[in-house]
Amino acid sequence: MIYLDYAATTPLDPRVRDAMLPWLDAETHFGNPASDHAMGRSARAAVEQARTEVAALLGCGPDEIVWTSGATESNNLAIKGALEFRGLQGAHLVTSRIEHKAVLDTCRYLETQGLRVTYLTPQADGLIAAEQVLAALRPETAMVSLMWVNNETGAINPVAALASQLRERGVLFHVDAVQAAGKLAIDLAQTPIDLLSVSGHKLYGPKGIGALFVRKRPRARLAPQIHGGGHEQGMRSGTLATQQIVGCGMAFRLAGEAMADEAHRLLALRERLWTALQVLPRIYRNSPAEAGVPGILNVSFDGAEGESLRAMLPALMVSSGSACSSATREPSYVLRALGRDDELAGSSLRLSMGRFTTSAQVDAAAAQVVEAVTRLRAWSPLWDAAA
Amino acid sequence: MPVYFDNNATTRLDPRVLEAMLPYLSGPYGNASSLHRFGRAARDAVERAREQLAMLAGCQSREIIWTSGGTESDNLALKGVTEGALPTRVLYGATEHPAVLETAEALRARGWGVETVAIGRDGLIDGPRFERQLAAGPVRLVSLMRVNNETGVIQDVARAVDPVHAAGGWLHVDAVQALGKIPLDFTALRADLMSVSSHKIYGPKGIGALIVRADVELAPLHHGGVQERGLRGGTENVASIVGFGAAAELALQELDARAAHTQSLREQLESGLRSLPGVQIFADGAPKAPNTVQFAVAGYHGEALLMQLDRKGFAVSSGSACSSGKGEPSHVLLGMGIAYEVADGAVRVSFGKDNSAAEVEQFLAALAAITQAAMPAMQP
Ligand SMILES: Cc1ncc(COP(=O)(O)O)c(C=O)c1O
Ligand SMILES: Cc1ncc(COP(=O)(O)O)c(C=O)c1O
Repeated sequence: MIYLDYAATTPLDPRVRDAMLPWLDAETHFGNPASDHAMGRSARAAVEQARTEVAALLGCGPDEIVWTSGATESNNLAIKGALEFRGLQGAHLVTSRIEHKAVLDTCRYLETQGLRVTYLTPQADGLIAAEQVLAALRPETAMVSLMWVNNETGAINPVAALASQLRERGVLFHVDAVQAAGKLAIDLAQTPIDLLSVSGHKLYGPKGIGALFVRKRPRARLAPQIHGGGHEQGMRSGTLATQQIVGCGMAFRLAGEAMADEAHRLLALRERLWTALQVLPRIYRNSPAEAGVPGILNVSFDGAEGESLRAMLPALMVSSGSACSSATREPSYVLRALGRDDELAGSSLRLSMGRFTTSAQVDAAAAQVVEAVTRLRAWSPLWDAAA
Repeated sequence: MPVYFDNNATTRLDPRVLEAMLPYLSGPYGNASSLHRFGRAARDAVERAREQLAMLAGCQSREIIWTSGGTESDNLALKGVTEGALPTRVLYGATEHPAVLETAEALRARGWGVETVAIGRDGLIDGPRFERQLAAGPVRLVSLMRVNNETGVIQDVARAVDPVHAAGGWLHVDAVQALGKIPLDFTALRADLMSVSSHKIYGPKGIGALIVRADVELAPLHHGGVQERGLRGGTENVASIVGFGAAAELALQELDARAAHTQSLREQLESGLRSLPGVQIFADGAPKAPNTVQFAVAGYHGEALLMQLDRKGFAVSSGSACSSGKGEPSHVLLGMGIAYEVADGAVRVSFGKDNSAAEVEQFLAALAAITQAAMPAMQP
């Protein structure tokens, strides 16, 4: 089995697991981090240590990190929390059509509550340009929510450039950085983003843990979306899951240490894969060659429907479209927004590589894909090899 | 080794639960929403856990929605049922957990009438008064806890079902402290929603569930993705879900043994406490969870007592873990009509399956030493 679905989720790094284990089995490590006794304090100290590790990778203060149950929650908290605090009625938000469902569904819901939303369509290169965002601003625009890196294509949006422009205009800026964290440098000390979402399981940490960066100066204000005991400075209540948080902290630390080397290596693997696939005619690269993260290669194969193709690759774990939308089996809205027709959008694979991917795996995967596409095309009455 | 008497705050992960979780922390397991083989293996594990929890809670597995814990479950219940509905009234018990209390209070801003249900000194609802309150106008939701996290009082929520339904409302039961301590049967209870949490039954922290009857109109709290029938977006926390399932299965097998064991520790502690001067046990005589004793020693500030016990290696609490450190007496005791000075002295001992009679002896001796030695100086 070859796993090339790192953008959907990553295996837990064994070092992350080792960091988590004491918080799952040591007799003195199971206290509630909110408890006022020795065991509570030691759990609390571990939680705070992890907070500094996440903050270090993002270049922010530990007190600007709020733990959540994952980036879906982080995105919900950022957008609903900020707009609820400011007042929704008559407010306007700018986002893009290629956001993750966690942002899109939240926006669609808020539209039913009175929010007005502009959904930007990416340019032909798959990116949202800063000018597009600025042109969409209105006097009543309260917030822009834009993903740093797209999960299906790996396209990197010009978020850093946009941040200062939005700051000048006094528009709150939320960034879904789930696919960016650990893959490209993020320095919130230098980049005036107000709210930023990250998730543990996309960078070799556990599933079900994430964080939201909430800027202190100038302070981004949120109405809590989960009420209760007042944890996380009142922004997010609920007993903290020490083992998850410790795992997330370790994952962020390792990601920071490995980032430069890993980026280099994954870039080479991605291009090796693309080169090997190019023996096939009429394939289209949906991932940008320049402005894309190293680990993701999304390709459309004319005449090879994505789900059939995936079914012919039983030893290869890849996805057609993102994992979250795959259950609905619609052609990827991200690729359609890129200008691919339904046919080509539905004939795509996302091959995503990561820490444990080897060049031998990449070569084997390429060979399997080439063979499967060739066979599918041979069977297809619609495929015209001469066209 | 500290003596851990704070099992209502959280419990130690059962080594057998860890065993069940480990494959999902080390294997190449995927995103449970992915269609490929690893994705399907993760999906199967999530569904198996759902059946294990359903057995313990006495519900259908399809009625279970995974959440990040009891707090989220309570929020999902209260906000999910009121969202989009014409605001009428929401009622909650005066001794509810902050996850219910704060959520209900937040509904005021959305136009809801929010009222507390009065609780007596015994921790119990005054039935006739509650029924009059229900009859006073339309009600959307009533939220009552099955077992109180501080006093351990068991509320007879079954009696509320018909009156609440007759008033046109849904009944939500916070069963976070009841799960694994007393038998639960969601179907027989006929409540509409029920919250549970894993880390109170020797499962991992950060995973819980809301159990919802199919006919309840519920709006999601987290939008995005189609997980949990669209009612709870977010990548499934597979390892923790598997852990919760395993913990639920063990809790069901060992329910009676755990209850009998903790009950005997509680009786031992209560009889020891009664022989100390100035001790008051809260909700004494009310039906209570087998493992919980909340008491005060006259003239003692609860937090000060906790600190001294902590130094001697005993982990207890004054009330709920999340409100600890605020320096305010418990709203639970105040809600029961206990005087501020008395409530301020509260200490909660909550036993777990791994505690022993010897530990109770040590605790009683330590408490006696602290109160006798320091009595004159500590008195206010
Ligand atoms: C860009 C992006 N945002 C948000 C999410 C949701 O994160 P989580 O799975 O932690 O809820 C994902 C992954 O599924 C993602 O790729
Ligand atoms: C009665 C009750 N409800 C809800 C909760 C919250 O559950 P969790 O800690 O899983 O968020 C707790 C525990 O703290 C509780 O005791």
